[in-house]
Amino acid sequence: MSLKRKDLLGIQDLSVEEINLVLATAESFKEVSGRDIKKVPTLRGKTVVNLFFEPSTRTRTSFELAAKRLSADVINFAVSASSVSKGETLLDTARNIEAMQADFIVLRHPMAGSPNILAKLLRASVVNAGDGGHEHPTQALLDLYTLREKKREFKGLRLAIVGDIAHSRVARSNIYALTKMGAEVRVIGPPTMMPLEVERLGVKVFYDLDEGLRGVDVIMMLRLQLERQGIALFPSIREYSKLYCLTPERVKLAAPDALVMHPGPINRGVEIAPEVADSVSSVILDQVTNGVAVRMAVLYLLSGGK
Amino acid sequence: MSVIIKNGRVIDPGRINGLADVLIENGTIAAVGSGLKAPAGATVIDATGKWVLPGFVDLHVHFREPGFEYKETIATGAAAAVAGGFTSVCCMPNTQPVNDNQSVTEFILDKAKAAGLANVFPIGAITKGSEGKELAEFGDLRAAGCVAVSDDGKPVMNGMVMRRALEYARAFDLPVVDHCECTHLSEGGCMHEGQVATEMGLHGIPSASEDVMVARNLALAELTGGRLHLAHLSTAGSVRMVREAKARGIRVTAEACPHHFLLTEEAVREFNTNAKMNPPLRSRKDVEAVKAGLKDGTIDVIATDHAPHAAFEKEREFDYAPFGIVGLETAWGLALVLAEEGVLTVEQVVSALTIQPARAFGLAKGTLAVGADADVTIVDPEAQWVVDPEQFKSKGRNTPFAGWKLKGRVVSTLVGGRVVYP
Repeated sequence: MSLKRKDLLGIQDLSVEEINLVLATAESFKEVSGRDIKKVPTLRGKTVVNLFFEPSTRTRTSFELAAKRLSADVINFAVSASSVSKGETLLDTARNIEAMQADFIVLRHPMAGSPNILAKLLRASVVNAGDGGHEHPTQALLDLYTLREKKREFKGLRLAIVGDIAHSRVARSNIYALTKMGAEVRVIGPPTMMPLEVERLGVKVFYDLDEGLRGVDVIMMLRLQLERQGIALFPSIREYSKLYCLTPERVKLAAPDALVMHPGPINRGVEIAPEVADSVSSVILDQVTNGVAVRMAVLYLLSGGK
Repeated sequence: MSVIIKNGRVIDPGRINGLADVLIENGTIAAVGSGLKAPAGATVIDATGKWVLPGFVDLHVHFREPGFEYKETIATGAAAAVAGGFTSVCCMPNTQPVNDNQSVTEFILDKAKAAGLANVFPIGAITKGSEGKELAEFGDLRAAGCVAVSDDGKPVMNGMVMRRALEYARAFDLPVVDHCECTHLSEGGCMHEGQVATEMGLHGIPSASEDVMVARNLALAELTGGRLHLAHLSTAGSVRMVREAKARGIRVTAEACPHHFLLTEEAVREFNTNAKMNPPLRSRKDVEAVKAGLKDGTIDVIATDHAPHAAFEKEREFDYAPFGIVGLETAWGLALVLAEEGVLTVEQVVSALTIQPARAFGLAKGTLAVGADADVTIVDPEAQWVVDPEQFKSKGRNTPFAGWKLKGRVVSTLVGGRVVYP
């Protein structure tokens, strides 16, 4: 089995069958990560280039581990966005990497659509590791994987995504993924963090956290980008926390066995109370573990699944 | 020097719409009528089956010279103009240096004269360096040959500066042209703020960023009695406000571009940088409003906002790619779609490309009246063609219309009685 596509650019254009294939494949790769010798020869001789134009530890490490556990050679190419705006274009950088015969380019970039540009121009498979406010498909896939592990079924699952929906690629990819799989998705945050016509993505909008959390099975917190305070989106971190921080009391408004998720890195005490982040309902570290397996599955399935 | 254009359907809005010959003597229109006799030695152009129109007038082009000759020069821009049937173009001052003084205006006119193709009418800056602070010397600009003033692309944000510009320009009867955009509201935006931007995670430019500036400018036009021309209207709100202002007798004219009446925000999907322009492609509702505005005369003029960029500049991340598309060589075929759709009559389309823009800027152009400059565009209304940017005379290839099948093509263009295209 394989994904019949060269690239993974987003969840929006994936079918339910493709999503299920990734999740099923990830299951067998998760077993590999549990072994004493955590390696299979699947991608031996292949080259994976992690091309990161934004600082990232978790996602880059996760992709690196995924590639290494598949026996691929991995190159990490970290470019600061500022050096790019000074000189070399994304296209030129990518052409150079192409010339080095990379098989996969894993791209993290601050601008929406950057992986789409590369995918069009390169023979290598392009995997989107987060592009601006657009998509972060492997994050949504690992969230789905984690949810399925804990909740079995997506159909009828009530889920709330809390935070800056407008600027979040994690929110977008998860909205696309979860609505496709039949879950009921709510988005919660101040109106300044809601993109125009967001209801048309098939979600229900709440400005009040307590109201939005009532009865949900899963609470997915987004990281607050602290630099957006002031005139940008909210007056102060203090007020934001008062209104939108997930506290133990608020978790009680959700269903009794509700899960708490967060794509990390977390701002303790800002969008999530420390006791919640560390509580039994938190699956934040499961998300990280599963990330490696899901990314192994994506690389494997894009390579033709041989 | 005589030229006679025989057997064409002459469409000169308000004057004639039917089979006739056009006689040109010494660069001006000598007669329009049937069965005209060709004087001895006259050049005869057979226009059987063709339409003979006043040369088109574009109030909004960017020819990039001086400063950005790698994008376009006055010569290549003028070649694109006449290939698209435009015999007169007004070029925006956002060059390097900015056209905010007599020397730059004269430089542009010299280059245009050397190219010897279209008539080029420079537009001077409203403020020095287009920085929005101090007024440029309108008197000098007018004397040097500027036909209007604008800080296009860098909207005048300070209401007092705009007020003074509208007032002061009255002394020279200069139209003040504004690109209506509140740059606080549009900051960081790269496409229309709406459903598609929400899906793609791109930063939006809300319709309100245009609407609030249209509202301000109309209020200032009313206050000052100045002559206001609004560039490239793109929103339903703008059209509604201009309609209301005209009904109340405010002195305002407005233009719309083909992309704003033919394309919506949907064209941006797949991160198509050739669908990135400012104002952005908007919603279906806005497109319908722009068409309604053209239909009822709220919008007087079809302009191109011809904005060439080098290929490498557009082959970029969507956010980093510059705004703008070329338009001179596709405008006629695209404008005719309005006639096909029944939004405008053919005569109205011609009018919006000729006499209406000429009147908006007070140019003695856009007509085939006896004694007028013999600027004539001959088109084949039936010719089908496919837009191929590689064939453009412009240096710019940046168009979202590549591959479009259009009906109606420019076959010949005359400026001052001289064939300049093909």
